[in-house]
Amino acid sequence: MRTPFFENHVKLGAKIVDFHGWGMPLQYSGILDEQKAVRDNAGLFDISHMGRFRITGNTSEDCIQSLITNDVSKITENQAIYSPMCNEEGGIIDDVIVSKISQDEFLIVVNSSNIKKDFDWIQKHLDGNKIEDKTQNIALLALQGPKAQAIIEKHASEITKLKPFHFMKAKLHGQDCMISRTGYTGEDGFEIFFDSSNSILWENLLSDGQPFGIKPAGLGARDILRLEAGFMLYGNDIDETTTPLEAPLKWTVKFEKKFIGKEALEKNKPQKKLAGFEIVGSKRVARQGDQIIHEGKNVGRVTSGTFSPTLVKSIGFGYVPPDMQLGQAIQILIGGKNYDAKLTSTRFYKK
Amino acid sequence: MTERRFTQDHEWVELSGDVATVGISNFAQDQLGDIVSIEFPEINSKFKQKDAMAIVDSVKASSDIYCPMDGTVIEVNEKLEEHPELINKSPYDEGWILKLNVSNIAQFDNLMTQEQYEKFVGENKG
Repeated sequence: MRTPFFENHVKLGAKIVDFHGWGMPLQYSGILDEQKAVRDNAGLFDISHMGRFRITGNTSEDCIQSLITNDVSKITENQAIYSPMCNEEGGIIDDVIVSKISQDEFLIVVNSSNIKKDFDWIQKHLDGNKIEDKTQNIALLALQGPKAQAIIEKHASEITKLKPFHFMKAKLHGQDCMISRTGYTGEDGFEIFFDSSNSILWENLLSDGQPFGIKPAGLGARDILRLEAGFMLYGNDIDETTTPLEAPLKWTVKFEKKFIGKEALEKNKPQKKLAGFEIVGSKRVARQGDQIIHEGKNVGRVTSGTFSPTLVKSIGFGYVPPDMQLGQAIQILIGGKNYDAKLTSTRFYKK
Repeated sequence: MTERRFTQDHEWVELSGDVATVGISNFAQDQLGDIVSIEFPEINSKFKQKDAMAIVDSVKASSDIYCPMDGTVIEVNEKLEEHPELINKSPYDEGWILKLNVSNIAQFDNLMTQEQYEKFVGENKG
């Protein structure tokens, strides 16, 4: 499948890779160059491969409330919330962002790897409400970085008042857009929703951003940015064999309300926990599946690893026994050799 | 001008007397993407042709560097410890990886010439 911006990526010389069935840009100028542009200035990402569902109906809020672990009743119109969506056993089906358009209309953004699975799951729990897959109809770009606001501001001055996890309607280059202050990079920034037929906005935003040092950025830079900022990647760090309490997502689980998986999460003690780690004394990069060693024993596995250009260190996430503490000395087995490392918080980079 | 030869694993070699300077090809660095670290062998360690002797990590993958000719490591490019990106920027010059004192000079003749290597890479791009 191709997003509405596929030709733009090719024209920019991007290296295209298959990502869950989508032909997506891995990199344009280079992963590190793009990562730096987002930390210093701004980057523009095509994230139209993510799934977008419209949920409507009189009791759509109740329906969503039962599907997600976080409390959707706490948000007002024009606000969004991040949450895992669990199965009966408390395993994470997906992690999603729910935007409240109105009392009876919600937009859910899901991971591209889970579009069909999520659609089927939600459909089973609709309780008379309606779900529509809008993935092909709505385009989605992420404009991220410290200069992101300045780039949007000349079109929509109200953007300066937009709070994190809120969204507003605005016109960019004459096109109707929904702009939310959300992202996956650890920088200030926006996710911009608009009709797929207006794909010219990709070029428009790049030229608006030119004086600010904007660069188109691909999946490679996005992965480093999200890891530095401590964001989970579905399929790597979380999946149906992990619960939000094992992942560092306890803050999204609201036991005072009802939701699917609540009983299991209340009853079952976490079997493992996801921690951050940094490699000490080497810049070898740990990769998904590498073993975590403690006192000579294999105690867990790496779920994500990268070299952090911001920290100039090799970092990652991995599951370890729940009683292990931050600062604990461990080793990572990379290519048959043990490398010294230590457990850290998952938030490597904070603005 | 010193002749440069290539292996099927995308290393290059330049021979001066019995000292071989080794690096990775422009094609290899482009495939790997931004290189973020390199792990060298110890000085004086001995390798046979095709032994894994160093490791480079890029933002995309880890990759072994194979020994192109039997020999003993006599020098490594220490600049790369701080600046691994030199392999990307200048694969045939500042981005050289190590020097070997080779024990079988005849192996050089069996490596691919520039022309043969370019053909090899073209066929393997597919």
